[in-house]
Amino acid sequence: MRALVDLLNRSFAVPAVYQPYLAAGVIFVLAFVIVVFAAVYSGVLIFAERRVAGRIMSRIGPNRVGPHGLLQFVADAVKLIVKEDIIPDASDRPLYRFAPYLMTMGVFAGFVVLPLSPHVIGADLNIGLLYVLAITAIAVVGVLMSGWASNSKWSLFGGMRSAAQIVSYEIPNALALLPGVLLAGTLSTQAIIRAQGGWPWEWYVFHSPMMLALFVIYFIAALAEGARIPFDLPEGESELVAGYFTEYTGFRFAAYFVGELAHTWIAGSLAVIVFLGGWQIPGVSVAEIDAAQGGMLWLYEALALAIFVLKMIFVVFLMIQLRWTLPRVRVDQMMVICWKYLLPITFVALFLILGFMLVWPWESVGGLLWRVAMTAVGLGVVVVYFWRVRYNIVAARDRLYLKFWI
Amino acid sequence: MELDFLAVLAVFVAGFLFVFLTLTVGKLLRPHNPYPDKNATYECGERPIGEAWIQFNPRFYLIALIFLIFDVEIAFVFPIATVFKRFIAEGNGVLAFVELFIFMAVLLLGLVYVWVKGDLMWVKQITRPAPVKAEPGNPT
Repeated sequence: MRALVDLLNRSFAVPAVYQPYLAAGVIFVLAFVIVVFAAVYSGVLIFAERRVAGRIMSRIGPNRVGPHGLLQFVADAVKLIVKEDIIPDASDRPLYRFAPYLMTMGVFAGFVVLPLSPHVIGADLNIGLLYVLAITAIAVVGVLMSGWASNSKWSLFGGMRSAAQIVSYEIPNALALLPGVLLAGTLSTQAIIRAQGGWPWEWYVFHSPMMLALFVIYFIAALAEGARIPFDLPEGESELVAGYFTEYTGFRFAAYFVGELAHTWIAGSLAVIVFLGGWQIPGVSVAEIDAAQGGMLWLYEALALAIFVLKMIFVVFLMIQLRWTLPRVRVDQMMVICWKYLLPITFVALFLILGFMLVWPWESVGGLLWRVAMTAVGLGVVVVYFWRVRYNIVAARDRLYLKFWI
Repeated sequence: MELDFLAVLAVFVAGFLFVFLTLTVGKLLRPHNPYPDKNATYECGERPIGEAWIQFNPRFYLIALIFLIFDVEIAFVFPIATVFKRFIAEGNGVLAFVELFIFMAVLLLGLVYVWVKGDLMWVKQITRPAPVKAEPGNPT
């Protein structure tokens, strides 16, 4: 955002008097762009999710509306807009109508500090990481509000479960991101990426064995935060009808879905920013990107964008795949996983990382050896993953439908 | 910096408008035909029995309390985390480590207490004294 304002100021030689107005105008236009981006992303995600689900279940998935079914989400949105908006007589009308706003506002506001490339970012707040964790918690208020205002038993159970779950998992979620702050010495998302490097052994995830464990813990906690399967207890279809939005119809219902799907972007890109090196280009240092001018700058920006999006696709695909692989956990298991497993492990890992930083600082030879060793371990995990996928595909080849473009 | 936080406000406004405008446009297009049966609360097709605004299980209250303590702790630990690297660079790393350790250990003691008390279980086991057994040959 800053970069765009500066660019406009310079290229049109805007007088100093008008510059604040121009900046404010650009900000409000960009805010609209961010919201549209989030909404379209959630639409594309639901399409991808249904297609991947189709493949995992060996069927085709939506492929009628638009090329390969890509416009399915537009059709869904139009349908939801023209659906009747039913407000139950027994509900608390103002709260009932306001709750979806909180959900979408809270989630969209998280997008402000998430960078896509060195200069494509809403606003590089100096408290970025803390800000994301805090602002997305507003969505919980919306969830609780809808659960209570609906005056329906299903909604109440869903809302209460959701509050207990999101509130519990916020702690491992935040604490697992803490080492990123420890290592980078800043809360700004851009600065955390800048402190890492392009090659895998310069990513924070391979800093030490504890960091790899914390990455897994962060991933689990992020799934629970976003109420994704296996942690979709708040809306468990088979037990709570639809959870906290049982009574909602039409676009108010859609607002919850947009919020929830857009949350996967926040969860995924936090993982990419703190653990997977963000937009860093292998072989190109941050100083070179900063010094680049003209065409080279655009090239670097495009490369960084592509790398970030690739990493995002990898993380989000993992989320989708888990969704169609794992069964839902029980509500008591959900609490046990968080408080008795994730939280103690997180604390132990944090202490170990603090000690690790004292013994082997980032720049030291020992630190580098550890990072290279951990990268080998990570590579091994990825290889085993693909090997298992291949093994399963070969085992079930005659029953699978593997043609891509249908 | 003010400019940066204006962006946050702007996204809040845009997020509000996104839902508001879509609902307003939808209002012109969508049908509006409410009647009592349609507006009844959903309860699996039956007429709802009683309200849902009841006193809910206080278990959530305990979890919320624990959460509050840990969340405040996180809020305190984040600033220390940002300067930890600087402490190491100045040679005071061990001091910062010990301080962080003591701070977190006190809070972990709280977690252990709650754990031992069994408040982390969704279904809490309430220990009752064992029932008095009737002695054989002496029917009571």
